[in-house]
Amino acid sequence: MKKNYYQPEDLKKFGSISEWNEDLGAKFFDYYNSVFEEGSLTNREKSLIALAVSHVVQCPYCIDAYTKDCLQRGIVKEDMMEAVHVGAAIKAGAALVHGVQMMNRHDQLSM
Amino acid sequence: MKTKSLKAQNNSLSKTEKQLEILANGIFKDGSLPTFKKKIASNNLPPIRPKKLEILQINVGYMCNQVCAHCHVDAGPDRKEIMTYKTMEQILKVIKNTKIRTIDLTGGAPEMHPEFRWFVEELRKTDVEEIIVRSNLTILLANKKYNDLPAFFAKHKVHVISSLPFYKREKTDRQRGNGVFESSIKALQMLNKVGYGVLESDLQLDLVYNPSGAFLPGNQAALETDFKKALFEDFGVKFNQLFTITNLPISRFLDYLIASENYEEYMHTLVDAFNPSALENVMCTNTLSVSWEGFLFDCDFNQMLNLKVDIPSRHISEFNQDELKNRFIILSQHCYGCTAGAGSSCQGSIA
Repeated sequence: MKKNYYQPEDLKKFGSISEWNEDLGAKFFDYYNSVFEEGSLTNREKSLIALAVSHVVQCPYCIDAYTKDCLQRGIVKEDMMEAVHVGAAIKAGAALVHGVQMMNRHDQLSM
Repeated sequence: MKTKSLKAQNNSLSKTEKQLEILANGIFKDGSLPTFKKKIASNNLPPIRPKKLEILQINVGYMCNQVCAHCHVDAGPDRKEIMTYKTMEQILKVIKNTKIRTIDLTGGAPEMHPEFRWFVEELRKTDVEEIIVRSNLTILLANKKYNDLPAFFAKHKVHVISSLPFYKREKTDRQRGNGVFESSIKALQMLNKVGYGVLESDLQLDLVYNPSGAFLPGNQAALETDFKKALFEDFGVKFNQLFTITNLPISRFLDYLIASENYEEYMHTLVDAFNPSALENVMCTNTLSVSWEGFLFDCDFNQMLNLKVDIPSRHISEFNQDELKNRFIILSQHCYGCTAGAGSSCQGSIA
């Protein structure tokens, strides 16, 4: 057993998840590939969204993959960092908006 | 930014044997990755064979006014290798006796060759349809004596292909040296002024994009749209086509990959992106490369690895079309660079 939960080389083995359930694996990858095809959104827009979400879900594999994907698409680092901030702002907002729940509960319990 | 060639630094990677040793060993020897030959065989693809010879790419010497971080030639101001007048005459003789459509002049900076203009004029007197000059752009401003090159190019209907790694300053300067972006833009404006890249003109100006790092180029058409928009909006610059070229793991780019600990990951990226349909159009099938000494190679990359064509007549003075037509292309793991993703050649993507 490796000593770290995350191994960079495991990203290359992502496809192997299908070995233990071919049907669901194939369905997932088919869906995944369809999502990233150019549609109403450009590949460039999708890559930046994926990069931002990768940070929000804190997936090191996704961050590796989509940083490289952005570079390949000629996306500059300033745009990449802005996208990360969008994700971070939503995450911070999601935490902070619960402050209203805290305030409601506080007021309900307080005299 | 380094200002000396690997050769001048006495870097072991300036030796072709060392580069070939790295490409043959490590992950390719321990079986982590298949060699290029094995990859072709495992895809049930036939060996690469030459088709009709259409392009003669002539490297007139390794001297250059720039020392780019990714240069596969290891060119620079300290390189003195230069093609002799005699070799140029031998090339002209071959061109007159064959039906080669395109001459592709490269270097170094080919314009720095003292016989450059004479050679272009002589080439124009032959039946070749197209003369390409691979210009690094900054040479046009490097010295007064080069300032009239745009007019010279236009007069001889030279097809200009120029490297510009990115449409923004930072990435360009990081790869090619400080101030290169600004000079390149000025040079492009000079070329536009004499009619290059302009819609109503037949003077062709193409740009070459190659990634500033250990990743593959993106979609050529999408990058061309980005380049055209940015260069026109910011600088009023126009050009015809953008060619995306993958960096091959040899010479200075190999040095960078190893020093930055990206070598193995980059080779995995190239191998994973192997595209069988790119194999059909790799440039060694229609191009022949001539070195400053007059030796013949399957491509400019094999030239830099000193892998001469695999036939008895290896010099331009003994040019033998039958032997060349029936030869086998010499392969190593750097060839993965031409078959990755949308493929790569000196004319951009190929699949």
